[in-house]
Amino acid sequence: MTGADVPFLPRGVRTQFDAVRKVDVLLGPERVLVLDQVGTAVLGRLDGVASLDQISADLSSVYDAPVDVIAPDVIAFVEDLRDKGMVHVHPR
Amino acid sequence: MSIRVDPPMAMLAELTHRCPLACPYCSNPTELLAKETELSTEAWADTFKQAAKLGVLQLHLSGGEPASRRDLVELVAAAREAGLYTNLITSGIGLTERRLHALDEAGLDHVQLSLQGVTAAMADRIGGYKGGFDRKMHVAEIISNIGFPLTLNAVMHRENLDDLPATIDMALRLGARRIEIACVQFQGWALVNRAALQPSRAQVDAAKKTVARAVEALRGRLVIDFVPPDYYSDFPKACMNGWGSTGLNVTPNGTVLPCHAAETIPHLQFDTVTERKLYDIWYDGAAFNAYRGTDWLPELCQGCERRDIDFGGCRCQAMAVLGDASAPDPVCRKSPGRKALNALLAEEVQEVEAPEFVFRR
Repeated sequence: MTGADVPFLPRGVRTQFDAVRKVDVLLGPERVLVLDQVGTAVLGRLDGVASLDQISADLSSVYDAPVDVIAPDVIAFVEDLRDKGMVHVHPR
Repeated sequence: MSIRVDPPMAMLAELTHRCPLACPYCSNPTELLAKETELSTEAWADTFKQAAKLGVLQLHLSGGEPASRRDLVELVAAAREAGLYTNLITSGIGLTERRLHALDEAGLDHVQLSLQGVTAAMADRIGGYKGGFDRKMHVAEIISNIGFPLTLNAVMHRENLDDLPATIDMALRLGARRIEIACVQFQGWALVNRAALQPSRAQVDAAKKTVARAVEALRGRLVIDFVPPDYYSDFPKACMNGWGSTGLNVTPNGTVLPCHAAETIPHLQFDTVTERKLYDIWYDGAAFNAYRGTDWLPELCQGCERRDIDFGGCRCQAMAVLGDASAPDPVCRKSPGRKALNALLAEEVQEVEAPEFVFRR
């Protein structure tokens, strides 16, 4: 994947607050992922419109961190979720 | 020593044992529960609520064939209302277009469709149901049109393991997002047919290569989960990810089990949702605490570096093969029970014709 890709959560994949464990979780077919603060921040921005570059830039300004540090982590995180079938990417 | 018990993540609800198919590898018990003993709609709905409150996130609606329950749509609606991610595990038989649309409206999250073979001849023979394959293909098309995320659950064994490449192609053709290549695990009725179902080592080696190639080639297109035939493994599966650690199972009459096959262990005592709260069953039930954690494991396992990886393996397998549920899983190469498993393999896996299947009829 590259920064130009536009990812989104497909049907059947959703985030939910787990009231018992007090964490955000990502639920999908046969998969549960417990999200940390960064995971929640990234997934909350997968709207099917923003590219990964735009998402990294946004996170960079919100968390006041250099974009070249954030961007590779964001791509790696989303790519791993794509390989698990939890994220889809709009065809370019 | 006290064991830290976390809330469960997943619950398998076996809504019914009724099923139009008669697969020789069925892992349900040899004695099935009758319709009259099944929990009511309200009892299931209440169990779903209790499960969500307990911490369950994912609900798998299974059977038998869950579509044999006339109240399936109501049950899905109740599960979603409780906040559960709801997965339907089905053969497709009994699902009409109208019913699938109703399930969509009820909020069903995911469909797992079983596959008995890639041709009508094979599938209908294995399922023991003529015309089943054609109906399944029709159901798959409707599932795809509605847009449900689809997992194809291909149960593989001696007769169809060589069709694995065609099976993966079929998952792509049906628009599945995920395929579960599940080599038969020997529990329940499947034990009756073990010799007929057990693949050969050559078949297993070829299948592993096919899977490894497909995982690479289809990355990002199809998720592939492979459950190997564990008699050929060196180490046991981490069954249930550890007894009483992650998941629970409710049978059609409301009996709550630490795993699907736990009733094969004769000395265990089980609670039912009709008599006790799910919360108390999970934390205090005798059966759940019987093999929880690792303190109960024999000395051999205590000193093993894999102790916290596979937790001594599958209790029901130790029971089935060795007659002792507290022994290390006989799949383990380090365990004394491995000899018995090797003897079974040597005796049952012959190059010549496999024995005929015994169907559940």
